[in-house]
Formats: sequence, C-alpha cells, structure tokens
Amino acid sequence: MSQFVINMLFVGASFALYFGIAVWARAGSTKEFYVAGGGVHPVTNGMATAADWMSAASFISMAGLLAAGGYANSTFLMGWTGGYVLLAMLLAPYLRKFGKFTVPDFIGDRFYSNGARLAAVVCLIIICVTYVIGQMAGAGVAFSRFLEVSNSTGIWIAAGVVFFYAVFGGMKGITYTQVAQYVVLIIAYTIPAVFISLQLTGNPIPMFGMFGDHVESGIPLLQKLNEVVRELGFTDYTADVSNKLNMVLFTLSLMIGTAGLPHVIIRFFTVPKVADARWSAGWTLIFISLLYLTAPAVGSMARLNLVNTIYPEGPAAQAMTYEERPEWIKTWETTGLIKWEDKNSDGRVQMYNDAAPAFTPAAEARGWKGNELTVNNDILVLANPEIANLPGWVIGLIAAGAIAAALSTAAGLLLAISSAVSHDLIKNMINPKISEKGEMLAARISMGVAILLATYLGLNPPGFAAQVVALAFGIAAATLFPALMMGIFSKRVNNKGAIAGMLVGLVFTVVYIFLYLGWFFIPGTATFANTPDNWLFGISPLSIGTVGALINFAVAYAVSLSTEAPPQEIQDLVESVRTPKGAGGALSH
Amino acid sequence: MTSEKANAAAYWKANVRLITWCLIVWALVSYGFAILLRPMLAGIPVGGADLGFWFAQQGSIITFVGVIFFYAWKMNKLDKQFGVEE
Repeated sequence: MSQFVINMLFVGASFALYFGIAVWARAGSTKEFYVAGGGVHPVTNGMATAADWMSAASFISMAGLLAAGGYANSTFLMGWTGGYVLLAMLLAPYLRKFGKFTVPDFIGDRFYSNGARLAAVVCLIIICVTYVIGQMAGAGVAFSRFLEVSNSTGIWIAAGVVFFYAVFGGMKGITYTQVAQYVVLIIAYTIPAVFISLQLTGNPIPMFGMFGDHVESGIPLLQKLNEVVRELGFTDYTADVSNKLNMVLFTLSLMIGTAGLPHVIIRFFTVPKVADARWSAGWTLIFISLLYLTAPAVGSMARLNLVNTIYPEGPAAQAMTYEERPEWIKTWETTGLIKWEDKNSDGRVQMYNDAAPAFTPAAEARGWKGNELTVNNDILVLANPEIANLPGWVIGLIAAGAIAAALSTAAGLLLAISSAVSHDLIKNMINPKISEKGEMLAARISMGVAILLATYLGLNPPGFAAQVVALAFGIAAATLFPALMMGIFSKRVNNKGAIAGMLVGLVFTVVYIFLYLGWFFIPGTATFANTPDNWLFGISPLSIGTVGALINFAVAYAVSLSTEAPPQEIQDLVESVRTPKGAGGALSH
Repeated sequence: MTSEKANAAAYWKANVRLITWCLIVWALVSYGFAILLRPMLAGIPVGGADLGFWFAQQGSIITFVGVIFFYAWKMNKLDKQFGVEE
C-alpha cells in the first residue's frame, strides 16, 4: 500500500469519527450550543480543553522551536502551561459560578456597562480571529504535504469539516469531537517519540530518555548534543541566557495571555459545578503536559538525529554528499521547507552556524563558505517518523494528528467568536427580545461568516503568522485577564475604571508591538528596528503583554478610587461569585 | 444574616491565603529555579544538564499540575468547612 493511501485511510477514518460525533451530539438549545448543556464531566472537559488549547503551533512548531532554541525557548513550555495555574485559582471557578455563557457576559454585567461589554467583544474578536488564521494555515500545510492536494484545496477541506460539526453541533458537538481529536493527536505525537527515545537512549519514555544516556556514545544525551552542536559553532542546547528580565516577562506574558484566552475560559462554563471547574483545570493540564513534557525530548533528539544524518562520521569528519541524502530530505525539498545550496561546490552538505564570528576561522580552515542547508523548524515533528525510519502507518497517524490539532483549536475559536456576536452583540445589546430560535440561527450564521473569514485569511495569509500570535497573547494579557481578575477580586473597581484600564492596556500593548513589528504589520513601517538594543529596558515586543497588564491594573484602580464605588447590587454579585453555593440555579436564566 | 456575611468573608480570606501560597510555589519553580536562580543551582547535575534546566523543561510543568490538584483538593475541604459547597 502506498504512503498516500495509508495517509488517506488515517485522515479519512478520523473525519468519519468527527462526523459521526457531530450527528450524535447535535445542539438543540442555546444552552447546548454555547455551553454543551452545562453537564460535561470534568475529565471529559479537561480532555476537550487540552485539544482546544493545543493548536497547530503546539503540535507542529513547538518541538522545532525547542530544537533550535534549546533552553532559551523553555519560555513556551512554562508559559503555555503555567497559565492554567492562574486560570484554576483566579478565574475559572468564579466565572463558572457566575453561570452565563460568554466572557463579555461577565465583563458587561460586573461592570454594569454596555461599553465594557463592547470593549470585551472587540478584544475577543481581535484575539480569536488572529489566532484562527494560524490554524487554517496549519491545516493547509498538513493537507498539502500528506494528501497531495494544493494548499488552498486543503484549507477549503478543513473549513468544510469544521463547518459541518461546529455549526450543527455547537459547543456540544465541538466538545465531544475535541475529545476524539485529543486522543488522535496525543497518540500521533507520542508514538514516534517513544520509538526515537528507544533508538537513542534505550528508554521508552521520552521525558526520561532525554535525561538518560546516549546508547551509542555512553555519555548523557544532552551532553552529547551540546558537544556536537558546539563543534558546528552553535550555542549549547542547555546554555543559559543573559537577558533574564526579558525571559521572565515573556514567560509571564504567555501565562497571563493563556489565562485570558476566551476560547479556553468558556470551556470551563460547561462543567456542572464550581468544584468541577477546579478539578477540570487540573485534568486539562495533565492532558496538555503529556505532550509538553514530550516536546523537549522530541526537539533535542531530533536535533541530534539531524546532525548525525548530515555528519555520519561525527561533526569533526566530512559531511555527507548531496547524492547520498536520505529519502525524507528529498521529500521535504519538494515542499521548499528544506533547501540546499552548494556554496563551496564540493557536493557535500555542510550545516553549521555561519552567523557566529568566533567560529568563522574554524569553518574557513575546513574550506566551508557558509551554511548550505536550511531546515524549516516546522517540519521536525512532521518529518520525525521518516527521520527515524518508522513504518508508514506512523506517518499516516502524524498526518491525522496534525490536522486534529488544527481543527480542534479552530472550532473552539470559531465558537468563541460566534457566541460573542450572537449572544453579546445581538441578544444583549442590539435586540434583547430575540427568541431562543432566532438566537440559535444568529449563532449559526455568525459561525458560518467567521469560518468564511478565517478561510479567506488562511488563503491570503497576511504574512506575519509569528507576529500575530504575539498580538493575540499580548492583547489577552493586557485586556481580558486583568478585567476578569479585578471583577472577581475587587469590589471597588467600577465601570469607569475597568473600561479605562482595558483601553489603556490595549492601546499601550498594540502600539509597542507596532513600533517594532510595523504598523498593522505592514512590512517596512516599523518605527524602530526590532533588535534588543532598541527595546525599552530590553523588553521585546513579544514580552510586552505583562507590562500592558500591569498598566491596566494601575489605571483601573486609580480611576476607580477617584470615582464612585459600584452600586450595592454589583457588590452583592461579586460576593455571590466568590462562594460556590447556589451555582446550579444561576445557569438557567 | 450578619453571621452568614462574616462566614463568607472568612471563607474568602482563607481562599486568598491559599492562592497566595500556591502562587509562591508556582513562581518559585518557574521564575525562580528555572530562570533567575538557575546559576545558583548549576552545581546540581540532572542527567547531562543541571537542575535549573530540568525545572525549565520538565519540573515546573509537573509542579504546576501538582499545585492545581492541591488547590482543588484544599478548596473542596474549605467549601465543606465553611458550609458553602453546592
């Protein structure tokens, strides 16, 4: 059976499963559409949230980031998991107690203002739309590589599948599909990792193998990796970083941003009780950590495998010739994600760090005239089974897993967008008299429009995929998280304070990002070059969300303290969200 | 009524105290051990690397899971103790 047929079988079987679930879990009411009826078991919700959260970026890109950046990119590992601690203790249980459907619901009611509700809707839509572009693009890459269709056909197929189960099933359909998608993606991610860990270290558990001994050389794997990359002029995998302030702020921005992402928060509205929201956050992180604890092992082992492939006799000896390159390099060359250029015309593939001045003399002595092989970080996970010579069905599994990761996150984001439009904008602000049926129809139509918009942006990506993710996290950290937290932990913050805080946080964060990455990301419009010596106090635009959040808190408190206290019924509302008692009744309103 | 209010206030105070302790652990393993205190822990080897590196790529995530489950367990006890459980 050809690889193409195997891939088709795996992807086709996973789609059949999603469609089956969608038909079985059709949403019949707005409560089912927005919060899956509010009766999802905390472990089930944990699994669905894990799939919701782990996007194409987690599945495809993270191991590659770790392979390239080593210790310095641990920020992603800690930042994207530590946010759940904040979510579990500072937001999820109280928002569940509040018992409504959306994030703007809480902000609008708690700050007794449609202005605050509208500000929250705008922030939510910016965050979710920027985020969903990456998912559509990721699904397009996976389809085009494994199913031999064009990138745009891939994006249309992905859009059609999401449309089917998200529009009909709503949160109910999405929840149970995400559970299936989690199972597919975690199996796809860990199986190749287990094989590779066994090959390199003899330990079947990658997170232990990574800190074990390298079988071939008998020394610890990480020490071996440091040695071989050092010989090619690269920084050690475990090397420390000098700008600790930026590392702290970047990690904190990712954590606060994670806790403030609306599509993650609304998943905690689906569990029956407040106590379940707390447990569910723990289960979510367990399911996420299965992948996140494996990712650094995948990254470090793939890096070692790559160097060993290019330098079969070790980095001190001759590199392999282009003619004897393995099959997987040929496959990926056709996608343009691996490129070779014979700069010194010796027919061999030299890969080294030509940007390190200290290494230049050594490279010249060996007759090298620049790095000849460029490997896109994103292919590491997708090419992993081929690099390790694993059987064809593992490759089919990876294809299904990558598509599952992209689709599950896209569906969650689209639901967050559609509920903000149909519930917060239409039902709560424009036409409060809308019937249950009318609201459902509005929700489905806005979901359809959101899918079309996401497809359009996926087909015509604005060309700044990495930057927009920074924007999404920065805005979530600087606007929604502080507003939600103050709404629960302070009785004194009023409507004026909250709105001022959100606006100042939003403007500050967006302007700082635009100053370095270009106004509205238009290339060439950046006011300052995006280099560390230009950054204010050495803070990169990726890390600025933390500062935006602090400014939001400060402005909100200052404005609130100089204006009147919130009315008594709002203070009573805050008291009521703080205690779990009576949550069951609150949901049916 | 007043005693119910006082009870709710005491419950909230206990919750905030618990959150504070959990956040201290959360910050210590990530911002502490994994980033700022890493040079101090450099002498403790963990399989080819050092303890700070292990916390950055494994230990902090495992601790986060532990912190959330500890919080959930402790809060369920507090809910019952103050009689505010569902």
